[in-house]
Amino acid sequence: MKHTARTRGRWRTVMAAAVLFGLVGASGCAADAATPTLTWYINPDNGGQASIAADCTAEADGAYRISTSLLPNDAPGQREQLVRRLASEDSSIDIMSLDPVYVAEMANAEYLAPVPEDYIAEFTDGVIPSSVESSTRQDELVATPFWANTQLLWYRKSVAKAAGLDMSKPVTWDQIIDAAAQEDKRVGVQGIRAESLTVWLNAMIESAGGSIVTNPDSDGAAEVELGIDTEAGEKAAAIMAKIGETGVGGPQLSNLDENAAMLEFQSDDGGFMVNWPFIYAATKASVDDGVLEESLLEDIGWTFYPRVDEAEESSPPLGGINLGVGAFSEHQDLAYRAVDCIRQPERQSAYFLSDGNAPSNLAAFDDPEVQKEFPAAEVIAESLKRSAARPLTPYYNEVTGGIQKSWHPPGSVDPERTPASSQRFILEILRGERLL
Amino acid sequence: MSTRLSNRAKGEMKLGWLLSAPAVIILLAVTGYPILQAVYYSFFNYRLTDPDNRFVNWGHNYLVILTDPLWWQTIWVTLLLTVVTVAVELVLGFALALVMLNALKSVRPWVRTAILIPYGIITVVAAFSWKYAFDLGTGFVGTWLSMPGFDWFGDFWSSFLVICAAEIWKTTPFISLLLLSGLAQIPGDMLEAATVDGATWWQRMSKVIIPNMKAAIMVALLFRTLDAFRVFDSVFVMTAGAQDTATVSFLTYNQSIGQLQLGMGSALSVLLFLSVALICLIFIKIFKVDLAQARGE
Repeated sequence: MKHTARTRGRWRTVMAAAVLFGLVGASGCAADAATPTLTWYINPDNGGQASIAADCTAEADGAYRISTSLLPNDAPGQREQLVRRLASEDSSIDIMSLDPVYVAEMANAEYLAPVPEDYIAEFTDGVIPSSVESSTRQDELVATPFWANTQLLWYRKSVAKAAGLDMSKPVTWDQIIDAAAQEDKRVGVQGIRAESLTVWLNAMIESAGGSIVTNPDSDGAAEVELGIDTEAGEKAAAIMAKIGETGVGGPQLSNLDENAAMLEFQSDDGGFMVNWPFIYAATKASVDDGVLEESLLEDIGWTFYPRVDEAEESSPPLGGINLGVGAFSEHQDLAYRAVDCIRQPERQSAYFLSDGNAPSNLAAFDDPEVQKEFPAAEVIAESLKRSAARPLTPYYNEVTGGIQKSWHPPGSVDPERTPASSQRFILEILRGERLL
Repeated sequence: MSTRLSNRAKGEMKLGWLLSAPAVIILLAVTGYPILQAVYYSFFNYRLTDPDNRFVNWGHNYLVILTDPLWWQTIWVTLLLTVVTVAVELVLGFALALVMLNALKSVRPWVRTAILIPYGIITVVAAFSWKYAFDLGTGFVGTWLSMPGFDWFGDFWSSFLVICAAEIWKTTPFISLLLLSGLAQIPGDMLEAATVDGATWWQRMSKVIIPNMKAAIMVALLFRTLDAFRVFDSVFVMTAGAQDTATVSFLTYNQSIGQLQLGMGSALSVLLFLSVALICLIFIKIFKVDLAQARGE
């Protein structure tokens, strides 16, 4: 009996404490409760998106608050997490930082809230065309261009000079491969079985005037038509095969990603490399830390992505992030207001300065600070204008997976057989007749 | 007398069922439901991000899988990986179990801890360590073996070797722990009698120790074979299936999570489940593994 009374007493204390905490908590949150919180799922960066979120929260003046939530490191991981949440109609996803290649898939699955009419002109004026294109599905703007990325041709001035290559003029893949072979140096590419292999192949096929997917707006997987088994595909295969045959890809060619290619380029073997603009900042940081010599930085030059045909301008890769608003968000209007705030050109300039990610809005390149901090800014802006997006099909994952399987390792690519067998393989996957 | 015993036995059996019923019900709920759902989905053409094109295609997924060379290749890779790793682990694990059993009492806890450390490391972390050790950019193993320019992940056999080494390093402690329990169960006087009778070390091993711990060996083999057959992490981290190193689990992951093909992925999961069930059946029926005996009952 005594025991029961003691137990009851303990319960009373616990209940009282719970009520007290509840009251304190409620009164403490009363002011904030009226302000809707928008969750922005961001890809990992150097903190630039979180600081934009804080700026826009301050600017909203109580209309909304943006909190950020971090997605996995790589784009496929980000897609997996978002799709899993969106498939279960997660209303906590207000804003998403999306890799452009997944926009079509998300739109097709009706995971993205349509862009309101009022914003369309503002979101697309003065924005690089490929970034707008990668935010569009079946002629409808479904996402908002935020930042954009492109690859440049990085070269060691000493190597180009020794090989007698005039880098002030456009160069072709053949020229840089021959020059590297002649000087016993490397051509850094992304030969690893990963998304970067598709980035490389797509840029070569687009530069040769082709496209991996010729009808990106098609509705069913079985209707997708490919342009791999074409002259453009054969030319791309010939370049890959040549890099393998001549040995300029180095022993690590089949495992070379962006970072490994950079390390190779910074070594004594470095000659040429196609890679994203982070190279300059990363090399500069290593020089500042005393890991690399100052002379290396002076020896590094950059120009436009190499051409496939001498007479055809190249189509460099497009990367970056587009912003999507979740279809199940309870605050879609506010989310679009927030997106409008995030994508302002001055914020894109600030983001370029803080995180090294180039703007999708060309006006952002005019910032004097940007011009001072990024010597390559002018080339990046022009390269972005020429860039071509990867296939904007809802079935992108099957296409890129098929490419990564059939074009890897790059050294084994056969210009006569690979494009045809790759096309056949991907079409079979799309029709559900093969495993990937 | 016999009726009373039978009643007691009945009562014990009833009590046994009652005690295990909650666990059985929970297990059925958390495993039975997903298994049944996977079987149901496996008869659909169902892509998570293409809900409009979802339809029943009956056995088409199974037909595609069983006629696809990739499925048979992953089966072959998985079986090879299972046989190689389990065989090496059994020999190494047995040696380590003997070391743990016979180590001096003062150092025994340290020896056991040291041997068990790899097993305590998360598989993904272990896989990354091995990847970085062999990777051409960050690795040091190439330099140790006087082959600094060799790309370990550049072809099938070298990638396979590294994956096997990582698996063996990681899970040998588990097998040695199971074998240690078997070793510890052998009565000391039996060994003493053998020694007194003049049996050599090898005779004691082959005539007394190994026959007496057959049950423990078979259970260790069964557990590790099942584990090895489902290998995923090491392959995912080290090669992502490149150089034809994809295993059945990796293929299933790629189809269900990577491609979001829930229909095809479910069919693969069902086949993986059946493969694992078949391994169990082979061990229990053909090798006559008695799980109760291994527990010392």
